Amino acid sequence: MKWVRRMREVCISIGLVMASSPAMGQPAVSPPAAPPGASSCSGCHAPSAVGHSIGALQGLSAPDILDALQAFRNGEREATVMGRIARGFSDGEMRAIAEWLARGDE
Amino acid sequence: MTRASFNRRAVLQAGAALSAAAALARPAIAQSAGRVVVIGGGFAGATCARELKRGGFDVTLVEPSAIYTACPFSNGVLAGLRPLSRQQFTYDALKTDGLAVVAQRATKIDGQQKRVSLSDGTILGYDRLVLAPGIDLRFDALPGYSEDVAQIMPHAWKAGEQTSLLRSQIEAMPDGGTVIISVPANPYRCPPGPYERASLIAYYLRTQKPRAKLIVLDAKDTFSKQGLFQAAWKALYPNLEWVSMSSGGKVIEVDVGQRVLVTEFGRHKADVANVIPPQRAGEIAALAGATDRSGWCPIDPVTFESRQQAGIHIIGDACIAGGMPKSAFAANAQAKVCAAAIASLLGGQAPQTPKLINTCYSLVAPDYGITVAGVYRPVNGVLTDVEGAGGVSPADSSPSFRSLEASHADAWFRTITDEVFG
Repeated sequence: MKWVRRMREVCISIGLVMASSPAMGQPAVSPPAAPPGASSCSGCHAPSAVGHSIGALQGLSAPDILDALQAFRNGEREATVMGRIARGFSDGEMRAIAEWLARGDE
Repeated sequence: MTRASFNRRAVLQAGAALSAAAALARPAIAQSAGRVVVIGGGFAGATCARELKRGGFDVTLVEPSAIYTACPFSNGVLAGLRPLSRQQFTYDALKTDGLAVVAQRATKIDGQQKRVSLSDGTILGYDRLVLAPGIDLRFDALPGYSEDVAQIMPHAWKAGEQTSLLRSQIEAMPDGGTVIISVPANPYRCPPGPYERASLIAYYLRTQKPRAKLIVLDAKDTFSKQGLFQAAWKALYPNLEWVSMSSGGKVIEVDVGQRVLVTEFGRHKADVANVIPPQRAGEIAALAGATDRSGWCPIDPVTFESRQQAGIHIIGDACIAGGMPKSAFAANAQAKVCAAAIASLLGGQAPQTPKLINTCYSLVAPDYGITVAGVYRPVNGVLTDVEGAGGVSPADSSPSFRSLEASHADAWFRTITDEVFG
């Protein structure tokens, strides 16, 4: 519920910003939400640390997540499935996913 | 992360319309902006309903069962590794979130009037309809097999009573008996499922009934994670025999009186017969006019909207998802993409072209997991594997790697069921 309340506040504030913005139609905030691929992540990664063998993403910054994704893709970081998954995404896509996942914590 | 995803998604989209932001900020407005009915409360339907509810939409989830029994890990129940209760979830948390959960069966869909009829006579209007009915078993597709025969030769491909029945038969079988699993041709729910099942039953037999045999009669010559399964079987389960279609593995008839499975090449007598019949989309999809001649539902891979019925979306096992397998992970991923697309459509925006991930975990033994993963995107209207991504666990992995994948399988199940039902 806390999430929902907070996001409503964000929504309302964005609404206000957009309403008062002279440049209607321009995105008030970027980047866009849930970039391609991002919403699949929560199938394995719990929103908070729950003591599972799969790491939670809570508390990770966008650069942390981006570094990890790139290291998985390049084979520099050991993985079970993440190497195979990371190879499906470009740097730009990874950056967007990392920023979106990190914002889930705010 | 997911809790906030919707509101964030809808509001922050490039060029997001103020009306959409306001609608999401105030559910009272959202209700006039979008009524969504979701039929089916499994991994796809429950996920989609929750996501849309969190976005402030007026959502009704139609699901006749009070308890959902999950298929993933139900093979562990067959092997005596976990109780059935660990597979079972209620809709209490969804109701606590304020989601309207209606314990009725949908009986009719009027796509023109945008109305769903329920078994108690209730009519629900909608702006967008989501069908997540999972599978129906095609009892008509295998001579001699029927819903009644399934009480003697269980399919256990919908988890619940059938799982318990097959488990009790395996337990009661004398040492030296034969278990036979009949596997259908593609497509069917959970491509690696029959082989995980064979593995875990073989594990149970090896530990409890070492003289027993397990035969897999297959309507295919190749299957998911085949190399990994067969290498493991060779090392662990000498009493497991897989018979390919070319070798006479396709079951063409069942003789329930004799407990015999008839193939193109001969007759196989079983002490325990697990018959997994061919499948199709759950019945409501056909009633809605959303199935094609294959029995499954063609969809637009960007929105999961039916290719045949405007305003109706199909997610999970029932839809034709190109390269994506019919798995719980895929169903959950599709549900989130579909929910986002519906939010965009109801907000008058163009849906974003998605990417989706799937990971299927299978246990070969309790501490021996293997995986297949894939990343998918729409190409020419079909969800297609992203080249260079995905694939199966390495063939030469260490025991510690196999053990880690088994741990991850358990972590995945707990995480995803918490997201969907927790």
